[in-house]
Amino acid sequence: MSQPNPSGHAAAGNDDAMHEHHGSLRGYLTGFVLAAILTIIPFWLVMDNVIHNRPLLVFIILALAVVQIFVHIVYFLHLDTRSESGWNMMAFIFTAVLVIIVLGASIWVMYNENVNMMPMSPQYQHHPIGGPSAK
Amino acid sequence: MSTTAIDAAGTTPPEFYCREEAPPRNGTLLGFWIYLMSDCFIFASLFACNAVLGNQYAGGPTGAEVLDLPGLALNTALLLVSSVVFGFAMLEMARRRKGAMLGWLALAGVLAAAFVGLEIHEFLGMIAEGAGPGRSAFLSSFFTLVATHGLHVTLGVLWLIVLMVQSIRFGLNEDNVRRLRCLSMFWHFLDLVWVGVFSYVYLIGVLR
Amino acid sequence: MLEAMPHRAAIWNFVFGRLTYHSFPFLNPDTEGRILLVTFFVVFIVGLAILGAVTRARKWGYLWREWFTSVDHKKLGIMYMILGTVMLLRGFSDAIMMRAQQAYAFGPHMGYLPPDHYDQIFSAHGSIMIFFVGMTYIVGLMNYVMPLQIGSRDVAFPFLNNLSFWFTFGGAIMFMVSLFLGDFSMAGWLGYPPVSELQQGPGVDYYIWGLQLSGVGTLLTGINFVVTILKMRAPGMTLMKMPVFTWTTLCTSGLIIAIFPVLTATLFLLALDRYVGTHFFTAGFGGNLMMYINLIWVWGHPEVYVLILPLFGVYSEIVPTFSGKPLFAYSSMVYATVAIMILSYLVWLHHFFTMGSGADVNSFFSLTTMMISIPTGVKIFNWLFTMYRGRVRFTVPMLWTMGFLFTFTIGGMTGVMLSVAPADFLLHNSLFLVAHFHNVIIGGVVFGVFAGVNYWFPKAFGFKLDEFWGKATFWFWLVGFWVAFGPLYILGLMGVTRRLSHFDDPSLQIWFVIAAVGAFLIALGILSFIIQIYVSIRRRREYAVGHDPWDGRTLEWSTSSPPPDYNYAFIPIVHARDAWADMKAHGYERPREGFNAIHMPKNTASGVLIGALAFGCAFGLVWYIWWLAVASLVGVIAVAIAHTFNYHRDYHIPEDEVRQSERSGNWQQAQGANA
Repeated sequence: MSQPNPSGHAAAGNDDAMHEHHGSLRGYLTGFVLAAILTIIPFWLVMDNVIHNRPLLVFIILALAVVQIFVHIVYFLHLDTRSESGWNMMAFIFTAVLVIIVLGASIWVMYNENVNMMPMSPQYQHHPIGGPSAK
Repeated sequence: MSTTAIDAAGTTPPEFYCREEAPPRNGTLLGFWIYLMSDCFIFASLFACNAVLGNQYAGGPTGAEVLDLPGLALNTALLLVSSVVFGFAMLEMARRRKGAMLGWLALAGVLAAAFVGLEIHEFLGMIAEGAGPGRSAFLSSFFTLVATHGLHVTLGVLWLIVLMVQSIRFGLNEDNVRRLRCLSMFWHFLDLVWVGVFSYVYLIGVLR
Repeated sequence: MLEAMPHRAAIWNFVFGRLTYHSFPFLNPDTEGRILLVTFFVVFIVGLAILGAVTRARKWGYLWREWFTSVDHKKLGIMYMILGTVMLLRGFSDAIMMRAQQAYAFGPHMGYLPPDHYDQIFSAHGSIMIFFVGMTYIVGLMNYVMPLQIGSRDVAFPFLNNLSFWFTFGGAIMFMVSLFLGDFSMAGWLGYPPVSELQQGPGVDYYIWGLQLSGVGTLLTGINFVVTILKMRAPGMTLMKMPVFTWTTLCTSGLIIAIFPVLTATLFLLALDRYVGTHFFTAGFGGNLMMYINLIWVWGHPEVYVLILPLFGVYSEIVPTFSGKPLFAYSSMVYATVAIMILSYLVWLHHFFTMGSGADVNSFFSLTTMMISIPTGVKIFNWLFTMYRGRVRFTVPMLWTMGFLFTFTIGGMTGVMLSVAPADFLLHNSLFLVAHFHNVIIGGVVFGVFAGVNYWFPKAFGFKLDEFWGKATFWFWLVGFWVAFGPLYILGLMGVTRRLSHFDDPSLQIWFVIAAVGAFLIALGILSFIIQIYVSIRRRREYAVGHDPWDGRTLEWSTSSPPPDYNYAFIPIVHARDAWADMKAHGYERPREGFNAIHMPKNTASGVLIGALAFGCAFGLVWYIWWLAVASLVGVIAVAIAHTFNYHRDYHIPEDEVRQSERSGNWQQAQGANA
């Protein structure tokens, strides 16, 4: 057990000044180029009607969006495991997990509710089983 | 009773209080990050509504009929450039070059204001065509999600103006630097949410 | 869509919106009007008496400077507790009216409450008890105790803390105003559509905007507490040395951050349906009311864990203190708390098993619901094993804790019964469910709040609460609870549904009469609590205690009672769990010299102003007084911006003043604690 730092508040790496970093020009430009590429691809795929397999197209768009979100987090928001003793990262992981639960489970639950309880709706007549993207 | 390692060694009696006052710690950046995380849940709820209701056209226009992809591409570009320009402003702030920082900030603000302007234009056009938020559940969820993002951007621009005034009047003091760093997080966060909006609501919206 | 405005000159509609002479229901010549008239007079006279007394004593300036504008977490905590108690009286009045109605309204007797009034009462009872009693009480306790427990001078954002209180207060006032101006929602405590979309009048709007105000306050509190715990702990206090109450505060605050935005969004969508004519939860145009029920329970289920977790923390402080030994298996208690925090986000569907999501979805949520009882069971055993072979002192806080262990465990077991989806098809919306959630909320939250109040009151005020009336409060509540809700379990198993204002089958009446007797006993419990406070204040010299009256174990007992504004003259250094017990074991001597000037935040009026303007905005929206809503909203933004132009928000308490205050503080040693 280490002796706690008697000077107090700087304990446990809480000092912001130590980790103050605003990124670099190189970082912002890298992020910008990556984000631009990851934006142009899905626009091109949809506007030029490149892929005719819809579920595949939807999957590609979502995957590119997820990649781009990570690009933003790394190059623009500078999220890493060191800032604020890792609490930024912890808060982000906590949020990401719960957001996925809210989105995923809501879609799953509501799809089943609709299939069972709203059989009159045209959307739910021909899809006895399948994900929401099959709508 | 529990004992400490120091005491068990029997060398020094443990210190139980700090004799000196330590400088106060500031939790604003962490707190603001956590606020942004909570905002994720507002958007998550609205995205969930869009996912569930987004194909409920109620006999009205579908996504493919009303969503304007070229306009969307322009809007997306505006917001992305605005985001990276804000990054340049932060680099100038780190070098304590206030004039250059203010210049980049102004550019970021103008781009974001143009984004909001285009969005309002798009909305008014849709409402004029009879595709307003009351037409169908799809349009309700579309308008609400996109407008909530737009409202965030609008508040961001207002905040930017306030911070520019404060930087000019009071200089780049500790408080202002911290506030600008919070706004920078807000700015990038809104661009991040927009990635979800254009991908899911628009691009996938025209496919359903 | 907006409702039609009253028929009158346009100017009046502009100035007063849809507010008319007929909006005052206590002017109606029916039973409802008469009940409200009497209530109005009582509230009016009591309110006038309080205002008059304050004016007579010339205390307005004092209240404004020292309390309303205060950013001190201790004062805000006390204000939350007072607000919670006032709202408890309101919520309980609703409860006893319902019990009286149901005990009487059989066969030919229709009772004294018409159905529409009865519906407003159960809606108001539920939402008030959760949002303005439960939430207000736990936020009050966390506010007062948590910064003291981590050896901090205040929370991370003191101004935000003040602002949160005034948002919560504004929401509470919305609910109180609805009593005398217009009506209240009849859509139950969660405002399910289609009722909440179709109900005319301002009732549902009061519900929506009142909850939006308090929701903002709660969210800000959650962020504030998380940052406080992560950034402001005393040196040496690692996460695994934090008191359990601080741990539960951290987990509850984390949950608040993750769920209250969902509530805000959901109610906002409901408001859009009502005001703008969107189609989120309507029956036509593709709307889907099942989505509302899904979203509101995404918030609603974690919410009950938000309520109970801090009280688990309270029990975890009380049991070790009065058993004279450390908490049994601290780490398992912490992991159980964290497990509950995560799992609570995976169970919401068990509130609507019957809506038709099918066997696979129901099975999944049924399993997660059963799983969440495991960490809760771990906690029960931790408390029992802490008491085992301890030298247990049966003080009032300890009595509440033992009442909780007994009552809550039974409530948990009926909860597991409800988690079985096929069984839930029989029990859903029955009085069995009503009995279950009162069993866990009264047995867990309310008992815990009373335990906490009795435990920390001497810290906050420097004198103990009266034992006799404390015990009377406990026994009236415990017995009253079982007499009131035992019959509801039986009725529920017989298939009696909730929320009915009249019954035909006279054989059921006896159970409702017994339940009404139970409610009367609980009323005596609340009365005893008020007498307890009154008697204790009268005898405050006799009951005066030192800074450590219970032989406590955590840091808050190391400073004087009441603590000075700055909490600790010297920030403590922590070496072990139960830091104060550790300090006492090492013969810690309080430093009497070498004081430093202390850096503190200044009080500010911005919180009160923003709270008042936000209330104005909400009120304008309820009554369609658009100028008021817009002007108030602009005002909120303007005051918030103006507030940021003030860069001088703190000051230093000079060294001399600290020395003075440390000398005059209440420091005598524990007396009579071990008797």
